[in-house]
Amino acid sequence: MSKNSIIGASAVAGAVAMALSGATLVATSTGAAAAEKCYGVSLAGDNDCAAGPGTTCAGTSTVDYQGNAWTSVPNGTCLTMDVPGGRKGSLEPLDRDLPA
Amino acid sequence: MQTTVSNREFTAALSDPEKATPEGIRGPDRKKSAKRFDIYRNNVIYGLIEALGDIFPAVERLVGENFFRDMARLYIRANPPDSPLLFRYGKAMPDFLATFEPVAHLSYLPDIARIELAWLDAFHAADRSCFSAADLAAAPESQLDDLRLTPHPATRVIRSRSAAVSIFSATRSGASLSEIDPTAPEDGLVTRPGHDVQIRRLPPGAATFLQSLIDGARLADAAEAAGLEYAEFDLPAAIRAMLEAGAFNKRGQET
Repeated sequence: MSKNSIIGASAVAGAVAMALSGATLVATSTGAAAAEKCYGVSLAGDNDCAAGPGTTCAGTSTVDYQGNAWTSVPNGTCLTMDVPGGRKGSLEPLDRDLPA
Repeated sequence: MQTTVSNREFTAALSDPEKATPEGIRGPDRKKSAKRFDIYRNNVIYGLIEALGDIFPAVERLVGENFFRDMARLYIRANPPDSPLLFRYGKAMPDFLATFEPVAHLSYLPDIARIELAWLDAFHAADRSCFSAADLAAAPESQLDDLRLTPHPATRVIRSRSAAVSIFSATRSGASLSEIDPTAPEDGLVTRPGHDVQIRRLPPGAATFLQSLIDGARLADAAEAAGLEYAEFDLPAAIRAMLEAGAFNKRGQET
């Protein structure tokens, strides 16, 4: 509660007035959304047996990913961004798919 | 003959396919049943990989699905669930990503995971009405300096040394990332004023301003803290962002 605040009382009041001016007051009556919330749909929470194509080894694969596959690199959308060092993507093209 | 399996033995074998089927796992015919255990093991790991993909869709898109699934398997082995609630899973992902060598060059990735966890927290947070522009207008001018606000349960402030907010938003919406400089620091605000989680970038200083208010500071002190951090701090813009985002609880709903 310092009295010698660099932002004086009038400054806060003025900022509030500025913030409240214009469009802000009509903005979003938040919380009055028309949609109803669907409880329980958050995560699929799939603890089911619906192991689809290509997933059947998810829990049983014994491939050593540390040794082999991790010499491969991420192949997602991160490659479209410049990375530190200035090389776009910077990454070698994937020479093979990771084992399923 | 051993007929029971300890929990520890069972869970250790669940996440590591190199481990043998625990002794005592028997089929209806009383014979050892490695195949049955493999099926169960597969379903458990598959379910957790799917859950991680649902919790971290932006991370998954950034590194690619194949890479993500293989990485998730290692994550699961190192960080098995400690709660039966899947939406609480994945809390260790930011730290995991920060130390996982194959993504070391993606320095923004841990913060993307942090935002995704904040997003999920906000999604599951309690419903509250938000402190609105009308509420602020109703506060007597003489009391504005001393105004203290209660944070909405969904509100999270994100501070990143990378352009994590822009990368997150573009990735989730499927927009192009090529115009983003990932090294530009960004602050963000996650809120859920209605039923939909929102994230917005904050102007410089606003993260300090909002975090101070969340921590219980007076409005004047929060503004001062932000002004000390960033001389050009735009207080009206920060107040506008806070009202639009619904970052605080309506007066009288302090809990």
